[in-house]
Amino acid sequence: MGRLYDKLMLDVRFIEGLKACIHCGTCTAICPAAEFWNYDPRQLIDVLQSKDEHQIEELLKSDMIWFCGECMSCKTRCPRDNAPGLVIMALRNLSQEMGYFTESEKGRQQLAVKRIIGDWILKHGYCLVPNEISFENHPEQGPMWEWELANMPDVMARLGANFQGSGPGALRKIPDESMEEIRKIFEVTGGLDRFNQIENCSKRKADERGEKLDDGMDNPYFNTIYG
Amino acid sequence: MTGWIILILTRFTVDMKEEGKRRIWQDYQKEIADDHYYYVRSCVRQTFFPGSETAFLKILQTELNKDICDQAIHTSCTGIGYHSDVVLMDTTMTVVARQFALMTEAGYTNFVPSCITSFGLYTEVLETWHHFPEIEARIRDFLWKATKREFKKPANLAHASDIIYKFRKEIAAKAKYKLIDKDTGEPIRIVEHIGCHYSKMFPGKGVGGAEYPYVLVGMIEEWGGEVIDYPERRHCCGFGFRQYVIKANRGYSLSCSKKKFDSMEPYHPDLILTNCPGCPMFLDRWQYAISEMEGKTYGHNGQGIPVMTYEELAGLVLGYDPWDLGLQVHQVGAESLMDRIGIQYDKEKKYKGLDGKDLGMPHPTSNINFV
Repeated sequence: MGRLYDKLMLDVRFIEGLKACIHCGTCTAICPAAEFWNYDPRQLIDVLQSKDEHQIEELLKSDMIWFCGECMSCKTRCPRDNAPGLVIMALRNLSQEMGYFTESEKGRQQLAVKRIIGDWILKHGYCLVPNEISFENHPEQGPMWEWELANMPDVMARLGANFQGSGPGALRKIPDESMEEIRKIFEVTGGLDRFNQIENCSKRKADERGEKLDDGMDNPYFNTIYG
Repeated sequence: MTGWIILILTRFTVDMKEEGKRRIWQDYQKEIADDHYYYVRSCVRQTFFPGSETAFLKILQTELNKDICDQAIHTSCTGIGYHSDVVLMDTTMTVVARQFALMTEAGYTNFVPSCITSFGLYTEVLETWHHFPEIEARIRDFLWKATKREFKKPANLAHASDIIYKFRKEIAAKAKYKLIDKDTGEPIRIVEHIGCHYSKMFPGKGVGGAEYPYVLVGMIEEWGGEVIDYPERRHCCGFGFRQYVIKANRGYSLSCSKKKFDSMEPYHPDLILTNCPGCPMFLDRWQYAISEMEGKTYGHNGQGIPVMTYEELAGLVLGYDPWDLGLQVHQVGAESLMDRIGIQYDKEKKYKGLDGKDLGMPHPTSNINFV
């Protein structure tokens, strides 16, 4: 049994997600990602069942593990109670732990996810906040969103939200003490180390590719992976 | 003689099917606490539909006289970060543990998340701890190191839509409107869309399971509407977490929603009803995007199909002002549907702030009329 497979077996999502696949292909048939991308969860499970170190390393460095939308439709329909969506989560975790994620176009996008969702959690205590969702990056939100952004405090007050206010309510400012606890949780559980790993691996890859990458969201490396 | 045998066999088969349905349904009954809730808000819901969370609390507190605790000190569950795979499982589970600690310290045992991603995550964490107690012990240790907090696990975990479902008859008894066309007397035709993480991972944790969830159907039927089936009813809306967050992947999200629209169009729904915070946003906004990109619309008279949250629909049948509920922040307008039901509203107040403050108007779209 190879080193990478041993690491996967430490992840409860891998243990619970892959029990006894019979390769019926039901997961691929139901998968929204398989319909849109060149992606086949049944083939991915086949590679893992081989326990071949080289093939698993190639998988972790490939686009293949980044197509899934984690809707978990596969879990419902699998006749053997597997969950390829959970297996994907274990693979993505290991790919980032090993620094392999920067070897694929879709994997490199993790830097953008970290700088958007990850940093917003540590900055605001929320995975997303309305004033960070720009119309420029989200034209699909339509003119209604453009109007909301232009009138955010008034619209939110009209709808009963406590936008950036103290006390309870929708979109309230999370109290400083609570934010400090969240940051501490990220520190003791390794969450901050993971964020640093994503940043450091991405900076190395940017150097290797000769693409400028600074701390913001408007630089050649970021723009390539995001847009 | 042959006719009698066929009749007996047919009757036997029907009885077997009914018995089978009853047995399957029994597996997906869900216990939902009837009072004293600890409420945790949703990043997506409060961003795009804050009026829905306002309405939920108003319905619980004012219409149903329930006790529900809404504190400032809880945070995101980090679920979108977890399912975009930048937040570690241990980190997410410890944030979840902190939410449970806040509930415990406040003296509550019934935990009610506003978000479906959160509900799925809380369910996943509790199931993981149940089957792997050593992981629960590790997380308790992390929480203590980070916050000096301890927690009890919830006695009852229910999504906010479960609560409205539980009290659907009480809401119907107080309703000002029924979901019926006032001119024809025909029920409003509604397709329901259940957020994937409500029950696809743990079917036994959702009302009606994953294949035949009843949580929204029960509301529609009780409030006078007609549930319309269509082939892609259970297909994902297309959030896909990283697939929407990253602009380069967003075609995935659009294509999933389009598949649903194309599938439901021949059945002429009047309304799409949802229980997940993200789904109504995607099903609303992607109709706008498709109309701009291709000139294609899916609703009546060349317009879009209105999309609502269950809180908005509950508020409407109770007679709440649609602009208090937040129907003005949908890209697809609901005025024609409200007119058919006979709902009273003041169209001049749609884009006004508190005390009638003029907030201007959104720019017009090419195809979907939203004013």
